[in-house]
Amino acid sequence: MNRVNWLIGACLVLLAGPAVAEGTRFPPIKDAATAKECSTCHIAFPPQLLPARSWQAILGNLGNHFGEDASVAAKDNAEIVAYLMAHAADAKATSGGTRYLKGIATTATPLRITEIPYWRRWHSEVSAARFKSPEVKSAANCVACHRRGAGILHRSRAGGVVRLCFIVGLSPERVLL
Amino acid sequence: MNKAFQLPLLAAAVVFLTAAAVANPAREAILAALATQAKAADPTFTAFSSERGAAFWNADHTGGNPELPSCTSCHTKDPTAEGKTRAGKAIAPMAVSQKADRFTDQEKVTKWFDRSCKNVLGRVCTPIEEGDIITYLSGK
Repeated sequence: MNRVNWLIGACLVLLAGPAVAEGTRFPPIKDAATAKECSTCHIAFPPQLLPARSWQAILGNLGNHFGEDASVAAKDNAEIVAYLMAHAADAKATSGGTRYLKGIATTATPLRITEIPYWRRWHSEVSAARFKSPEVKSAANCVACHRRGAGILHRSRAGGVVRLCFIVGLSPERVLL
Repeated sequence: MNKAFQLPLLAAAVVFLTAAAVANPAREAILAALATQAKAADPTFTAFSSERGAAFWNADHTGGNPELPSCTSCHTKDPTAEGKTRAGKAIAPMAVSQKADRFTDQEKVTKWFDRSCKNVLGRVCTPIEEGDIITYLSGK
């Protein structure tokens, strides 16, 4: 069965290749302070993935940023939070942001992109062990799997395969790993 | 060129370049300021120590984030090698031999000691600790 899965998987990769290369993409971050300060320890995450209230909460507590002090100068903090809020999932400038907001209660303020239903749905088939593996280290390390170019975070190649696997009723975990 | 001169010239060039890499004026100024603070805090202070710096770098500390007990948690035991953040992003080597502009920007030095010391030890580092670390990494 495993061999059949692999064969089907290989076909799907070939089929999916050019199509997923286009993928969903997030616009590059255009604010200098945001691009610089938010990409030192991790990639500068697309602001579209969280509501404005989340960015406000995160930038208001950089002294304890998921267990680390990530404080920035006050003027940079103000610039960054303004930019992130202006490009948040629920900001006017963001088209199609409702898909990222789906399932987030209006009373909730998610502090991690990995908490939002949109992210969880797309990554549900990736095992915890895979995220913890030495080459990935953390679910925050998007570019371990997602292709990156010119500051744009593309949908991962695997993403297209995963989607096709669901369509034809295969377990993507078995096809991919 | 006469072969007899080539080796001494090369040696002189190596010594000069090595000295230039270590004795960066901006880094010297940062170390001098830390030395002044160290002396003010402890009148018996004489000089920064690469050995103390190495011991501090490699030690397991407490008081900070339990996931980050040591400088080496992110920077690895080898300062000439790349490190990695908790989020998996590469950190350029801290050794001055690998990255000549390390510890030459006061603002950056302050920002990162403030952050990293809080993360690893749960407090700011003393001027002696900071000077020892810079001295250790300058010789690496």
